[in-house]
Amino acid sequence: MTAPAIPVRRASQLPPGTGKAAWLFLAPALTLIFIFFFLPVLASLLLSLTDFDIYSIADPPTTRFVGLKNYGRLLETPEFWQALRNTLYFALVGGPLTIALSLGSALLLNAKLTRFKTVFRTIYFIPFVTTLVAVSIVWRYLYHTKYGLLNYGLGFFGVGPIDWLGDPRWAMPAIILLAVWKNFGYNMLIFIAGLQSIPSELYDAAEIDGAGPVRRFFNVTLPLLGPTMLFVGVVTMIGYFQLFAEPYVMTMGGPLRATTSVVLLMYEEGFRWWRMGYAAAIAFVLFLVILLATLLQFRLQKERA
Amino acid sequence: MTGVRRDMVSSVVLHVVLVLGAVVALLPMAWMLSASVMPTGEATSYPPRFFPSEITFEHYRQLFTRLDLGRYLFNSAFLAIVVTTTSLVINSLAGYAFAKLRFRGRDRTFRLLSLGLVLPVQVAMLPLFLLMKQLGLVNTYWGVIIPGMASIFGIFLIRQYALSIPDDMLDAARIDGASELAIYWKVVVPGILPILATLAIWTFLATWNDFMWPLIVLSDSSKYTLPVALANLSGEHVQDTELMMAGSVLTVLPVLAVFLFLQRYYIQGIMAGSVKG
Repeated sequence: MTAPAIPVRRASQLPPGTGKAAWLFLAPALTLIFIFFFLPVLASLLLSLTDFDIYSIADPPTTRFVGLKNYGRLLETPEFWQALRNTLYFALVGGPLTIALSLGSALLLNAKLTRFKTVFRTIYFIPFVTTLVAVSIVWRYLYHTKYGLLNYGLGFFGVGPIDWLGDPRWAMPAIILLAVWKNFGYNMLIFIAGLQSIPSELYDAAEIDGAGPVRRFFNVTLPLLGPTMLFVGVVTMIGYFQLFAEPYVMTMGGPLRATTSVVLLMYEEGFRWWRMGYAAAIAFVLFLVILLATLLQFRLQKERA
Repeated sequence: MTGVRRDMVSSVVLHVVLVLGAVVALLPMAWMLSASVMPTGEATSYPPRFFPSEITFEHYRQLFTRLDLGRYLFNSAFLAIVVTTTSLVINSLAGYAFAKLRFRGRDRTFRLLSLGLVLPVQVAMLPLFLLMKQLGLVNTYWGVIIPGMASIFGIFLIRQYALSIPDDMLDAARIDGASELAIYWKVVVPGILPILATLAIWTFLATWNDFMWPLIVLSDSSKYTLPVALANLSGEHVQDTELMMAGSVLTVLPVLAVFLFLQRYYIQGIMAGSVKG
């Protein structure tokens, strides 16, 4: 996340005109990112302070400034709190599970005894490159109470049929399971890269000191993976707070709104009912939550180091 | 000897775990493929079948003849290729400038840009939609292409890699009188080819797989991308398991093929980008 310092070069070392060329090279990218990303983000803040709705789309001047009313209404709406709870549940349970599985598989693939490393690495990475909408549809059938392979498999272990997507208690765990399967491969690659950058002398030294594999993991591997862990944690969490396609395709936010995420709520309010001022407030609260969670992770990492 | 035996036991356990993991990773894809060629109704029978009793391509035929899947395939491929090509040029120009050219305000601009990495794209979507509406780009290919043409992540990835280009090489070209554009094209681009390949694959997969923005900006079904069309179909055809699986296969197969053929560049690029980044 943090960029290394740019090697300093004095401007006098370069021929005149380089600066002009630089801005020409940057112009397309910066213009596009400014107009189609930064500007809308700022506009979103303004939009959240208005009552922009379906009538405003037809006749924008009818839009009125309403101050923080949308935010006030949001905080009084049980649906919003439920969406926030659902999203936190998904991110705080699914995130650590994904990271644990990623680290576990990275350790296995990095072990000295492991053969066919690249084959396994490729296979484990495959779910990550697949199309989320398509695999969500596949998993919806795998989760079928009666005909699904998952319940059939669980039946052999004496686990009764679970109504995965129809039971409010099981719907979110089902989505978490899909997300863990889909995403662990990406973090796994990053952990492997992190593991390979740890000097082997450190392990040798620990072994001479009589440290077993478990102590070597906690005393050498884990501390040295700190920066990797921070990167993986932040990227995974930011991604998971944006949960949308899985519930959209698998449950439409149900049953009993148990899988309605903040982004799904924003989509429904903004693009189905066209209450865009209100939806912008939802989006902005999501941004604040993500910002807080990111800062928290940086703080935790600093304390550990 | 006991050490050797212990190693052998650990090795067997290790590989059993790895193979089990591989089975779990591949099982959903395998079932999707298998169910897509089952006769109608067979994927929803009890006990569940893993292999088809006979192989039929009827569902694929239906997708193309009755449900216009060829159209969506074309839309997805067209959009992914256009976005990938334009974003490669735009991001590599910017990434190189940040890495190697010296100009006033460089570090400040770069820091400002990096702030964007923690902004969720959804925060921009509502005003972006209104902006696209003003520009008359809602329900057009441009509505999908333009927001994908430049990416902060792409600029970061290129910059990181371009930092390793030796300054002497660039200066030598300058002394020879090459223009900055010629230096970019003849010295920089050949030097950063591996990361360009990574970014190309990344962008192609991301554009192909993207769902939320195309869902919002494309309203006419003739413009739908595969994921949007598939989500739409799955509502109407929820009972037609085999048909939906065939549609899923056609959506996943192209990205899977791109990944498997080019995975060397892709995996190395991600690993290199993450550790230093």
